[in-house]
This record gives sequence, structure tokens and C-alpha cells, in this order.
Amino acid sequence: MNRINQKLQEDKKLLSIYFTAGYPSLNDTVGVIEDLEKSGVDMIEIGLPFSDPLADGPTIQASSTQALENGMTSELLFSQLTNIRETVSIPLIIMGYLNPMMQYGIEAFCAKCQEVGIDGLIIPDMPVNVYHEQYQAIFEKYGLINVFLITPQTSEERIRFIDSISDGFIYMVSSAGTTGAKNSFGNTQETYFDRIGNMNLKNPQIVGFGISNHETFTQATNKAKGAIIGSAFIKHLTKNGTKTIDTFVNGVLGN
Amino acid sequence: MKKTYHVNEKGYYGTFGGAYIPEMLYPNVEELRQKYLEIMYEDSFQKEFKQLLKDYVGRPSPLFFAERLSAKYNTKIYLKREDLNHTGAHKVNNTIGQILMAKRLGKTRIIAETGAGQHGVATATVCALMGMECIVYMGEIDIARQAPNVARMKMLGAEVRAAMSGSRTLKDATNEAIRDWISNPVNTHYIIGSVVGPHPYPDMVARFQAVISEEMEWQLQEKEGRSYPDHVIACVGGGSNAAGAFYQYLDDERVNLIAVEAAGKGIHSGESAATSVLGEDGIIHGSRTLLMQTKDGQITEPYSISAGLDYPGVGPMHAHLYASKRAEFISITDDEAMTAGLELSQLEGIIPAIETSHALAVFDTRKFKEDEIVVLNLSGRGDKDLNTYIDYFKL
Ligand SMILES: Cc1ncc(COP(=O)(O)O)c(C=O)c1O
Repeated sequence: MNRINQKLQEDKKLLSIYFTAGYPSLNDTVGVIEDLEKSGVDMIEIGLPFSDPLADGPTIQASSTQALENGMTSELLFSQLTNIRETVSIPLIIMGYLNPMMQYGIEAFCAKCQEVGIDGLIIPDMPVNVYHEQYQAIFEKYGLINVFLITPQTSEERIRFIDSISDGFIYMVSSAGTTGAKNSFGNTQETYFDRIGNMNLKNPQIVGFGISNHETFTQATNKAKGAIIGSAFIKHLTKNGTKTIDTFVNGVLGN
Repeated sequence: MKKTYHVNEKGYYGTFGGAYIPEMLYPNVEELRQKYLEIMYEDSFQKEFKQLLKDYVGRPSPLFFAERLSAKYNTKIYLKREDLNHTGAHKVNNTIGQILMAKRLGKTRIIAETGAGQHGVATATVCALMGMECIVYMGEIDIARQAPNVARMKMLGAEVRAAMSGSRTLKDATNEAIRDWISNPVNTHYIIGSVVGPHPYPDMVARFQAVISEEMEWQLQEKEGRSYPDHVIACVGGGSNAAGAFYQYLDDERVNLIAVEAAGKGIHSGESAATSVLGEDGIIHGSRTLLMQTKDGQITEPYSISAGLDYPGVGPMHAHLYASKRAEFISITDDEAMTAGLELSQLEGIIPAIETSHALAVFDTRKFKEDEIVVLNLSGRGDKDLNTYIDYFKL
């Protein structure tokens, strides 16, 4: 069974952390992953930096620009991850935009993911129908789970379709907006979390965008299986470097 | 089935096009996709659109026989005078159409991207006309380069927001406009400035610009006794003026289509915007098309002396016209364009936009027969470019 599905069966709320590969320094990728696992994180999204990340807010944009300036590429990321499965056992997901993957070659990219031990992909600008018609068979051939996004504007019919072609979890975008840290969620989010929670979807939901601390993590995981933190963690890395990752994670988990 | 170069029902031109957008944009783009044709071809829409094009924009734009230019190049050259439109370029044909579309979709807030500021001005203009809130994203570097257009937009009541990300030029302004739309999914319409972006934008913008070739047909009929030319020439940034000039002739293979891209300082100089030659298949701003990028798939920054041609992608219709060889693609350097701009000024008394000067430079590099009819789409006037001309020619 794919590591993501195994993890989803655990009887706990999951914390997933996003960071940009090659940030703050080019060779930080593996160390950050290892420290996140040691700090008790359940799943990691490795951001493949892109020059034009249009679903991302200023924090992740800036980390992507820096990572590219540092020299990060798809090829280099795979070589950094070559031995990652010797030290890390939690699920690893690559989050990136379609264009760099197309240039690498979708099939070659998927094959490489499987080779280094990546479990899934999140590609915000890959349309559901294109995945379904062109890429699903390739992803499945290499044992990769593709994670789709839903938002407060996604219609019920479309959510049901996305649920039907997903096999893992659904990434629930917390509110209309790009990625970025928020300090709390309001009533609209609570209503939305409830509405989705009550749909009895086959795939569990993990909430992302706007989670930043213990409070938002708790609110988000009230109904959902887990939550994803990106920008707030990047800000922590920018400010404190890579030495105190456990402090950040403990803060979110309320330890 | 008859071969067609128009969009298919899935939103593709050959393998190019589609809507590669984050889920956050899906409801907006899908709403537009479902409704745009129905709205556009309602009688009341067509009536209002045509009335505004006539009374506000000043259409039809003349088809002018350029006698001295024709004599010099020994062929028959007509200029389609989009430079005479209100705001000085073809861009307004699209913004008039889209503001009417936005109103019928019940939107109250307009966003747009702009590079040189031409599309920003055309958008700010129609927003003033309709009393709509208008926010224009513009790269920080372009804001500094294009001060007069920034002032125009402000005078028209628009808010100009600086795009500070990436290379701080047109592609980043487009990213920021898309991010704004993601954050304001309900009340906002995004007026894209060219035949780029996710389906249905390329097709919708092409249909609004199609008025150019619709007029060409009856104007040629009047002047030449036939509704089609042998060649149509247009410059291509994103591709909207070319799409409009080609539109009625896309499937009419008697007409040779010539698309002119900016070679900057030379195609292989590293400072160029010749997307068809230098680009690779990929995704930019929600569309699968040809774009300039690194081997690793990072989008690169193009260069041209003309701010309206330095877009790293090209519309999917044009990518298909290139790949299928339906259109002839020619690239013109800064120097060739500037020379051609000066030449038109002195032969015909028309100072063209530098974008258009690229199209004009074709006459010096490609020969046409004496009895052939060539229509060149004069996409815009050169007022906005006077400083660049002055610096270049030390006038
Ligand atoms: C006068 C003029 N021509 C051409 C262009 C290029 O755009 P497009 O290729 O969409 O016609 C511009 C863009 O600003 C312009 O101002």
C-alpha cells in the first residue's frame, strides 16, 4: 500500500508541512525533510520551485525565486533525494507546477519519483480532466497518488467527481486566495469545513492555505483528517534558519 | 471534415490551448466558457458592441492604400488603420467587448494586466465609460519605463498596482492579475489583453478583434472587387491584433498569413522575443502553447525594444498556425523595426507604434509580387513611443 494511504489510516490528526526544495540553501533539502520527520510531522510536501507560481502568495513565491537563484532544478532535486528512503519513512509528496514536469517529460518525471520513493504529486495547474484523460494511467503505473484541490467555490457535483477519481486525500483549500499564513479562521471557513465534512466523501480531506499555528491547526482539523502548513513554515526558516524546526512543529502541535 | 484553424469545442487549437488553471479559478473560467458565445451573439449585445465601436472607438477604421510605400516595394500595400481608434491601438476593440461581457455576467470589479500600458489604458478607458472599478497590474520595471501611460490610467480613475514578483514585467503583472482573480472569485472579471490565457479567453478575444478582418472584407471588395488579399501581415506579441486581422481568412488558404515577431537584438543574441523560433511547448498563464523557457521549464524573460511584443509566450492559435505551417513567421530585429517606423513616417505621414514597425519591416526582407494585394495591420500609433524613437534616432 502507498505510504500516503497507510498514514491516512492512522487514528490521529495529521500534520503535513510544505517547504521549497533548495531553500534556504541549495543543499538544505534533505536535512529539512529529516528534521521534519524527527519533529513528529506526518507527511511532507516538497515544493519544486517554479518561476511563475500563480497559486502562491508572496512568501512561497519569494522562497521559490530564492531556490531557483540557488540553482535548484528538477534533476538536482531527484539527485538530492536519491537516498532519502534510507533515512525517512513518512509519505513524501512533490508539489509543483506542470510546466517544469512537462519539460522533464511527464512519464520520466513519474518514473523518477517512484525510483527515489516519492508517494504522490500535487500539481495545482493540472486540470482534473487532463489528468483523467492523459496522465492517470501513467501516475498509476508508477504508484503515484495525485492529489486534487477543492475550494469554497467548488460545486458539490464537481467535488463528488474529484472524490471519485481520487485515491488518497483531497486537498481542501481553506478560503478564496493564494497560499499564505492567516492567524485565525472565521465563520465562513467553519461553515465550509462543516459542509465538506458532512458530504461523507470516500477520501479524507486535508486542509491547506492559511494554516499557521496551533489555533488554526486545531480549527482546521476539527472536521478534517489533517492540515498542511506552508508559508508559516517558510517564514520560520527565513527567520531562524534550519536549526529550530522542532520548535516550530511543537508549537503547531501544542506540545 | 474541412480543415479548420479555429478553436475546437474542447478549447484547443491542434494540441495548443486548453485551460491549465488552478482549481481556485475553475468556477470563474467555467462560467465564462459556458456563457461567452451565448452572450456575445445576443442581439442586444451585438447592437451595443457595434454602436460603441462606431460612436466611441470611431470604427470602421479606414483601409488606406499606401501609394508611396507600394511604389517603393513594388507591390500593392493597404494599411488597416487601427492606429486611428480611440486610445490609439486595436486593444480597445477587445476591452469594449469584455466590459460588456463583464456587465452581463454581473461583475462589478475589473482587473487587467499591462506591459507597455496600452491594454491598461484601453481597460481604464472602458471602465471609466461604464463606471466600473478598475485595477491594473503592471510590473514595477514597466511602471518606471512607461510613465505617461501610468499617468493616463490614473487620470482615467484606475488604480495601478505594481507587480513586484519575479522579473517585475508583463508576465509577472499577468501572474498578479490571476492571483487577484483567485482571491476575488465572485465580483471580479479579468480583462486579459491578448489572445492568451485559459480557454475561452483566446477565442473570445479573437472574436472581439475579428472586427478588423470583417471590415477588411467589405473594404477590399469596394476597392479591389474581391473580399480577400493575397497576404495579411501583423505583428505578434500575445497575438491579438494578428488574430483579428487573420480571423476571417484563417480557413481561406488563398490568403497567406504573415506573423511578425520581435527578434530583439537578434534571434540568437539572448535578447529576443521570437517565441515561435525560441519557444518550446509548455504551459504559461493557463494555456498550453509555445513559450520561452529554460531546459528545466522555468519561464524566461524576453527582450524587445517594443514593450508590447516582449511576452515570453504566444497565443495558442498562433502556436498552432506556426506548428501547422498555416502562417509564415518572420522575426524582425530592433534596428530593422526602427528603420521601418521612420520610413513609414516619411513616406506616408503616419508614425506607427514600434510594435507595428516590426510588421512594416517585412517589406525590406521579403519580396511580394507587383500585382499582389498585401494588407498590413497598422495596430497602433507611435505617440507612446516618441521617446524611444527620439533616443534611437537622436532626433
Ligand atoms: C500597437 C500594438 N501593437 C501590437 C501589440 C501586441 O499585442 P498583440 O500581439 O496582442 O496584438 C501591442 C501591445 O501592447 C500594441 O500596443
